[in-house]
Parts: sequence; structure tokens; C-alpha cells
Amino acid sequence: MHPILTLVVQRLALGILLLIAASALIFGLTEILPGDAAQAILGQAATEENLANLRAEMGLDRPALTRYFEWLGGILTGDMGNALTNKLPIADQIGKRMSYTLFLSFWAALISVPLAILLGLIAVRYQNRWPDKLISGVTLASISLPEFMIAYILVFFFAVKLFWAPSFANISPGMPLLEQLHAISLPVAVLTLVVLAHMMRMTRAAILNVMQSAYIETAELKGLTTFTVIYRHAFPNAIAPIVTVVMLNLAYLVVGVVVVEVVFAYPGMGQYLVDAVVKRDVPVVLACGVIFAAVYIVLNIIADLVSILANPRLRHPK
Amino acid sequence: MLKNLPLSAAIGLSFTAIYFLAAIFAPVIAPYGMADVVGDVWEPSSAEHLLGTDQIGRDLLTRMIYGGRTTIWIATLATILSFTTGSVLGFLAAVTGGWFDQVMSRFVDLMMAIPSLILALVILSSIEATVITLIILMGLLDATRVYRLARAVAVDISVMDYVEAAKLRGEKLGWIIFREILPNALSPLVAEMGLRFIFMVLFISTLSFLGIGVQPPLADWGGIVKENKEGINFGIGAALYPAIAIATLAISVNLVADWILNRTTSLKGGRG
Amino acid sequence: MSEQPLLKVRGLKIGATVYPPGEKPHNIKIVHGVDFDLQPGKVLGLIGESGAGKSTIGLASMAYGRGGVELTGGEVWVNGRDILQASLGDIRKLRGGEVTYVSQSAAASFNPAKQIMEQVTEAAIRQGKFAKKEAELRAVELFRKLGLPDPENIGKRYPHQVSGGQLQRCMTALALCPQPDLVVFDEPTTALDVTTQIDVLAAIKEAIRDTGVAALYITHDLAVVAQVSDHIMVLRHGNMVEYGDTDQIINAPKEEYTQALVSVRSITHEEKAPTDSPLLRAENITARYKGTNFDVLHDVSMDLSPGQTLAVVGESGSGKSTMARVITGLLPPRDGKLTFDGRTLTPDQPSRSIEDLRELQMIYQMADVAMNPRQTVGTIIGRPLEFYFGLKGAEKRQRTIALLDEIELGEEFIDRYPAELSGGQKQRVCIARALAAKPKLIICDEVTSALDPLVADGILKLLLRLQAAEDVAYIFITHDLATVKAIADSIAVMYQGRVVRYGPKSEVLSPPFDDYTDLLLSSVPEMRLGWLEHVLATRKMESAGN
Repeated sequence: MHPILTLVVQRLALGILLLIAASALIFGLTEILPGDAAQAILGQAATEENLANLRAEMGLDRPALTRYFEWLGGILTGDMGNALTNKLPIADQIGKRMSYTLFLSFWAALISVPLAILLGLIAVRYQNRWPDKLISGVTLASISLPEFMIAYILVFFFAVKLFWAPSFANISPGMPLLEQLHAISLPVAVLTLVVLAHMMRMTRAAILNVMQSAYIETAELKGLTTFTVIYRHAFPNAIAPIVTVVMLNLAYLVVGVVVVEVVFAYPGMGQYLVDAVVKRDVPVVLACGVIFAAVYIVLNIIADLVSILANPRLRHPK
Repeated sequence: MLKNLPLSAAIGLSFTAIYFLAAIFAPVIAPYGMADVVGDVWEPSSAEHLLGTDQIGRDLLTRMIYGGRTTIWIATLATILSFTTGSVLGFLAAVTGGWFDQVMSRFVDLMMAIPSLILALVILSSIEATVITLIILMGLLDATRVYRLARAVAVDISVMDYVEAAKLRGEKLGWIIFREILPNALSPLVAEMGLRFIFMVLFISTLSFLGIGVQPPLADWGGIVKENKEGINFGIGAALYPAIAIATLAISVNLVADWILNRTTSLKGGRG
Repeated sequence: MSEQPLLKVRGLKIGATVYPPGEKPHNIKIVHGVDFDLQPGKVLGLIGESGAGKSTIGLASMAYGRGGVELTGGEVWVNGRDILQASLGDIRKLRGGEVTYVSQSAAASFNPAKQIMEQVTEAAIRQGKFAKKEAELRAVELFRKLGLPDPENIGKRYPHQVSGGQLQRCMTALALCPQPDLVVFDEPTTALDVTTQIDVLAAIKEAIRDTGVAALYITHDLAVVAQVSDHIMVLRHGNMVEYGDTDQIINAPKEEYTQALVSVRSITHEEKAPTDSPLLRAENITARYKGTNFDVLHDVSMDLSPGQTLAVVGESGSGKSTMARVITGLLPPRDGKLTFDGRTLTPDQPSRSIEDLRELQMIYQMADVAMNPRQTVGTIIGRPLEFYFGLKGAEKRQRTIALLDEIELGEEFIDRYPAELSGGQKQRVCIARALAAKPKLIICDEVTSALDPLVADGILKLLLRLQAAEDVAYIFITHDLATVKAIADSIAVMYQGRVVRYGPKSEVLSPPFDDYTDLLLSSVPEMRLGWLEHVLATRKMESAGN
């Protein structure tokens, strides 16, 4: 087998192991900590007897390991059980909300990724001069604020003062695309700002790292134009670190979306998760939590795979 | 030590000091009581109420000062917890190696594979959010990051020739950790401490804003945003003051951390 | 000066902006006004220690400043025009067309993501000198001329798929491919092993002669530059010290500094005969690193008499540094036995007695990472005094000062940090630290190879003087045969994990030689004209004779 294939297979196997371990950790955390679903339903005033009865009825008295595998099997087959609060199937809710969350993340990624790479390139091109300093200043400011603060600042100016965009992201399946986009314009802007800062900083660092290599000097000493140097010599080596940066930041987006959905009352997964936490609806929290974690882990695995595949030493072994 | 203090570090230090002093002496500085209703709903700023009043007529400046106290204390204690646990375990793993290192490192890998916010949400769905549980929760979640940094720094240092020279001399583990490794690991760790503190401020604010952090009647910056967010739609900026407070605090701490890192690397570097 | 010089440099001043962390950026001067001419087809050697500004001057002939380096004044005329005043477009035509560059590290200078051929022909094609087909034919021709294996196909490989010496030749091909008027060679053989260096050097020399190109040959090694250049310019601290033809510089240097450079390693040392009871005896040592499945040392045996010097020589990968790790106990051997001062040494360091540890000290190649940057010189030297002898307070200080005296540094160094010392001073402090333990044996692992020749010379003299005074034995691990000749009593030549030749210095260094020792000895550049040709001719004769 080609050595690179071995590495890829190894990394994938490790990724699957990590996914299982992460699901076990999330499940285990709710197990170890005091309180369970029966307690949540009956409240603090419940008698031991009532609790025991309900636990038996819900199957909570069986060993944790059995329930874990049942739960994991359920998640994998799309049966996530019912919510404690409204008894509705969790899978239905998640199915609907997942598409909204993906819609929001998709547009945020579509805008932020090219913008971040472009700005990163500009920062490198004008290194230590004002465009670079301006970019790093704005970056510093935006990573010094939590997502929801950026959201309210934008709402205050663009929704309330200027009436450019709605302050709540009301969205429904029948709406035309343009209206939908208008509705989510502010949440998209917030998410973009949040990931942009990190992505730009990391892109800048990745490109600078490549630009300081000796082979770039060799290219410059061949009398090539700046454009040719970047396009022919820097780019092929910078692509892997940049893709890694993008993937890591898309993973970061997964977390940012939770808070932003709450601010804009957007009917996605994040809103659902936070609501469930407030209402102590553990089955919903588990399902949402494991899905968010899985997306995050998968994006990280993709980042790893890209850097393995792009490495010329691995692609062309001795 | 304070000679040659660059302007940015001076600004950072003084703002950080002001925030911490305000946190310590909140009851002395605050013009009103934390929960006292002293005016109308969302009054604009005036001589009596410098920042106006909040959604039920409490003095906003008072709320901000007390809120800062809560936020800063929680963040500080969580940072201390995360640093002591993370760096002690990280150093130990680096120096001893073996199964302890393996088990710890794999566990930390797993913890870091899941976003902290998601883990925090899962945990907070099962336990009561009190100041103590929040500090422990945030401190331990963040300790994984510190562990990884401390371990990496210590591993880098422990392969240096001067550590090998000490081992060859026959020095004990104590001398190697405290006299050879620690003095050289301190500067990156202290700088990182600043960044972790900022992260804690953002984290606790986010949790409070989501309604699962600091619980009323206690005020904190995230909670103030939550309480006053409806005002935004009427063009009332009460919810934006915490944004300014968090941003200035974070930037100041960042400037100080940068300065510490630079100052100490210049000591270590010098001519090649 | 019959014809117009190809390169004419007048009053060249070079400065740089440095950004020390935690301080304000400021300007420093690297070159303070240098003049020289280079005629077409001639080779000028630029020689000097680190910080002499030689690489900076070389790159100035391409109007290039590395990092924050700026060409602040003077004129650089190439082919009759001042390139410091030229437009960016003209400079681009110059670079890679008229003037090309060969760097010290070809491994870093080739783009890892592209095939060698594409990189070698790129400048020639982009500058419009040759069409793609022509350029590739030319490259193959150069590969052949430079003695690369499989010249037709080597261009299809990626940089990491060929060896260091081969890549350095590819870099030379890259520089020659566009048919330039001038090539700047920047320490092209410094990173190579000595037996590889001679081949690359010969290939470069032949290529220069065949193509008739002019060259600036930059190096710190006078013996190397003497083989390839017509003229030599000696630089120090950004100033010219002496300029002359190669014969004059090597055989009749005028300036004191040049004389010192020429006579470096003229240390003589009376060889001592081995005694009956060795201080250290290594018997049949076989060792491998953890997690690998091959031995790096095979059945290695050597003896060292008290108060004498055993030189362990070999190239990279010979196992000489591994041997040091075995003796210090950092790498317990799989097989074999170590006897020290009549008693058996336990294989792993932690189980050795304090007395064993004290009597066996070590000095490292890189002095700046061998000292804790957070400890003062006083702490560094004082710690072994306290640790082994329990000295404290005034007594410890007094002994520390005495040690500083011995290494020719004064009392004022006691409170300094390593960062405040020069390279040579750092190595001296490391010597004092080893000496503080009153050892019977010091292992010196390449202790002079990171230093400039004159500084290295000072360290060697110091070590010899200390040996006479303290009766300490040395194991001297090095790749540098000149060092070996200067200080050894006995020599072990190592090759691929085995001792291929061992004995008293005079025996090891006199014929008949085994093949490897012969190759190694004959490959060390000697400071005389025509040495390279002589060696190559001898080798050719020998191989013809076989």
C-alpha cells in the first residue's frame, strides 16, 4: 500500500475512535453528575419511591453501559428518543432545525472564507505597514468581544438606528431565498466577523511562514515577479496550512452559531440546545451536544487529512 | 523592572489595575446599592445616573461595577484553578513521561476534541449553576489547554543540553523541574495566563447571557446584557456598556501579556 | 585592467534594521564601504568569519538585501550599469539572468512541492534565454557535467528524494542553466561532509572552468577558497582587510589578521604513548536507539590512557556522538562493557555513583543551549562546586573566580548571563563548569565546530593547557581532521557505526591506509594551491591502477 494511504487510513480510524470516545464522554458526564431525567421530570419535591418507579418505567435503572449503547445505536439510526418537556421525537426537531443551522453556517462560511484569505494576503503584502496594522487592530478588537456583544452592537446600529436589516431572524420554509437572506443578514454578519478575525490571523501567519522560506528567496533571486513568486512557489506550499486554517475556523463557527441563534431567535440547533439546557431536558442536550461535537471533530479530521495529502514528502516517497 | 515601560504596556497595566481596583472596592465606589431601584425604567444618563438606569430602574453604573466584580472574580479564580491544575499536571507529564503522560495526554486530546461551550452546556444541564460550580467547571475545562501548553513548553526545555548536563551531573528531579525548567517556562506561561483570563471573561459572560451562568439577583456583565437586551430594539444602548467594559479589559490584559512575553524573550535571546 | 570589469563595487555600504524583541527597532551597519573589481571569467573568494558581511556583499551584487538588509550607499556596477540605481524591471532581468546564486543549504532552497527539473530551468525559461526543450537539454548536460547519477531522469525527482550532496550539485546546475555572467556561491560546501565536499567542490570548479563564468565564492574556509579562486578578499566586521591574488594571500599574507587565518591550526602537540592501565576501556559496545530495529554501533572497542586525548573522528552518521551517549550512560548499550578507572561503569546513568558522575564530565557542541539562559555564569560554574564538594558562600565564590581565571575570563564575568557572552566565551564557561568537578575525563562533543577558526583555535589551546595542568583526559568527538591532528594522542576512525582504524596518532595517520581512512584524510582541504587537482589526479591514478 502507498505509505500515504496507510497514514490516511490510520487517521480515519483514529477519528472514528475519537468520535466514539467523545460520545461516551458526553453521555458519561450526564451520568456521573447528580440528577437524572426522572429527577428532572418530578422535580426536587419527589419522593424516593416515585423516583424509583419512574426510573424503572423509563429504563433508567438498567446499567449505564447498556443504556449508552442503546442511545448510541439510536443516534446512528436516527432514533433519538423523545424530549422530556414536550414528549415530541427529538429526531424530527433536529432534522428541521439542522437545515436552518446549515443554511446560516453555509452563508457565513461562503462570505468569511474568501474574505479572510484575501485580507490575510493583503496583511502579508503590506506587512508591518498600515493595512497590516489596521487589520491586526480590528482583529484584536473583535476577539476581545464575545459573539453576542458583537451581535447587539450590529443590531443597535444596523437594525434599530438604520433599519437596514431585521433584528430577529424570522425564517420559514416558504420564504423566497432573497427574503431569507435578508432575514439572516445580521447573524451572518456576526458569524463572519467572529471567524474572520481568527481565520485572517492564522492565514497571515501561515503565508508569512511560507514566504520566509529559503526557496522563496531562491525564486526571488531568479528574477521572477512578485506575482509569479507567490503563484508558482508560495501558493503550492501554503495551500495545506490555509485549508487547515479554514477547517479549524469552520469548526469554530459551529460553536459561534449556538450563541448567535439565541440572540436572533433563529430556529436552529443552537437555540434548541440552549433551550434544552435551561429546561434541563437531558435527552435533547445529549443529542444536540453529540451532533455539534461530531461536526467539530469531523472538520478537524478533514484538516488533518488535507495536510497529509498535500505534503510532497508523503506524496512522493523516496 | 518598570524602566523602559512601553506606552502600550503602561496603558494596559493602568486599565487592568483600574478594573481590578473597581472589582475589589465595588461597595465603596458604587454610588447606589446593587439591587436598589432608584429611578425610572431606562433613564438616559444624567448627573445622578452617569450611565442611566436599567430595565427596572436600577442605577446602571452601580450594576456595571458590581457586575464587573462578579465577572472578574469568577474569571480570576477560574484562571488560577486552570493554571495550577494544568501546569502542575503538564510539567509532571513532561518530566516523568511513561504511562502517566500517555493517559493524561490522551484524555486531554479527547476533552479538546469537543468545544468547551458544548461541554459546558452538557454539564450545566445536569448541575446547578452557582458561582462555585461555574468556577470549577470553567477552570477544569480550561486546564486542558494549559496542560497542553505547559507540557509542550516543558518537553521543549527538557531536551535542551543544559537539562541533560544537569542530569549527567546527577541532579535530582526537584532541581531539574524548579531550577532548570521552570524559570525558562515561566514567561510563555505567564503570557498565556493573560489570554486564558480574557477567555474566561468571555466564557462566563456568554454563559450568563445564555441564562445558564451567574443567576440573578447577582449581577455580571453577561447578565446585564441579557437583562437589558430588549432595550436595544427601542434604541436604548444600556446593553452595550458591558461590551465596552469587556473589550477594554480584554485589550488591556492582552497588551500586558504581550509586553511580558517580549520583555522575557529579549532577556533570553540576546546575541546568538 | 585591460577590459571593463564584469562587476565593479565602489564604496558599498550596507545596513540593516533589527527588531530586538522588547526594544525599539534600530539600524546597524553591516558593511562600511568596500571596493573591488571582478573581471569576466574570474573567481573572487570572499573570506571572513561570521559577521564579516561576506554573504551580504555577495547578495548585493544581485541588488538583493535579505530580511531587513538595505544597501545604503555606494555603487555596484554589473556589465557597465549601476544596479543600485536600476529599475525593478532591470534588476529582475539581472537576477536569474546575468547573476545567479547558489546557497549554503540547497535542501531549504529548493521548493519541496516541485520537481527539480522545473526549478533548475525556471530562470532560464522565464528570462527568455532558452526555450523549455533547450533549457531541459542544457540542464541534463549540466547534471552530467556535475557528476549526478542518472542525469536524464534525476530532474523528475523531488528535492527530498535526492541526497544533500546531490542537491547541492543540482543547485549549481540551477545557477548555471541560464548561462549567467556571474554566479554567487554562498558557502556551497559548508553543510556537507568532508568526503562529499571534495566531490562537490571539484564539480563546481570544473563547471566554472568549462562554462567560463565568473564567480564570487563566499566561505569561511580559506583552504577551500584557495582551491577555486583567482583572487581573495579577506573581510572582517564589514571592512576589507586584505585583497590579493590567491598565491599571495596564502603564501605571503601581509596583514596580521590574514596571517592568523592562514596559520590557524598550527598547534603542535607532542604525542604521548599509551600507558598500561587505561582510564577508560570500552569493549565490544553494540547499541541502538529505542524504537528502532538497527544497531548504530557495532562491536566498538577503544582505550584511553589517563591524561591523554582520544579523538573519535567520523562523518555524520558514523556513530561517534552515539558513542559519547553510551559512555555517559544516556544510552545504555545492548552489549559490551565499560571500565572506568579500574571499576566497571553501570550502563545507565541514573544508577551510577556520584563519584563516577563527577569524574566523567561533558562539553557540548552548542554552548548556548548547554547553559541555562536564566542562570548567571557564577551559578553555572558554582553549581558543581556546591553539588560535588559542598562548597558554599565565599569559598564557592573564590573557587569560581579561580576557575574563571583558568579559562582566561575575569572576575567581572561572574554575574553575567550567557546571552551577554560571545560564542567563544560561552564555550569557555562550559569548560569551566566541567573542570569545576575535578574530572578525570571530559568528553568534548564537537566543541569547536560551531566556532570561527580563530576562536576555535583559542579553545583548543586552552584545552591543551588545562590538560597539562590538571592531568585530565579528553575524548574528542569531531569531524574535523585538522583538530584531530592538532591535539590527539590516539585516534579512532569511525564509519557507519564501526571503528575502522584505531591506534596512536602517528600510526593512524601514516600509511598504509584502509580505504575509508585514505578517503577521509585525502579529502580534508589543505591550505595550498593545487591541492584539489593533486588529490583528484592521485585518485584517478589509483582507480586506474586497480
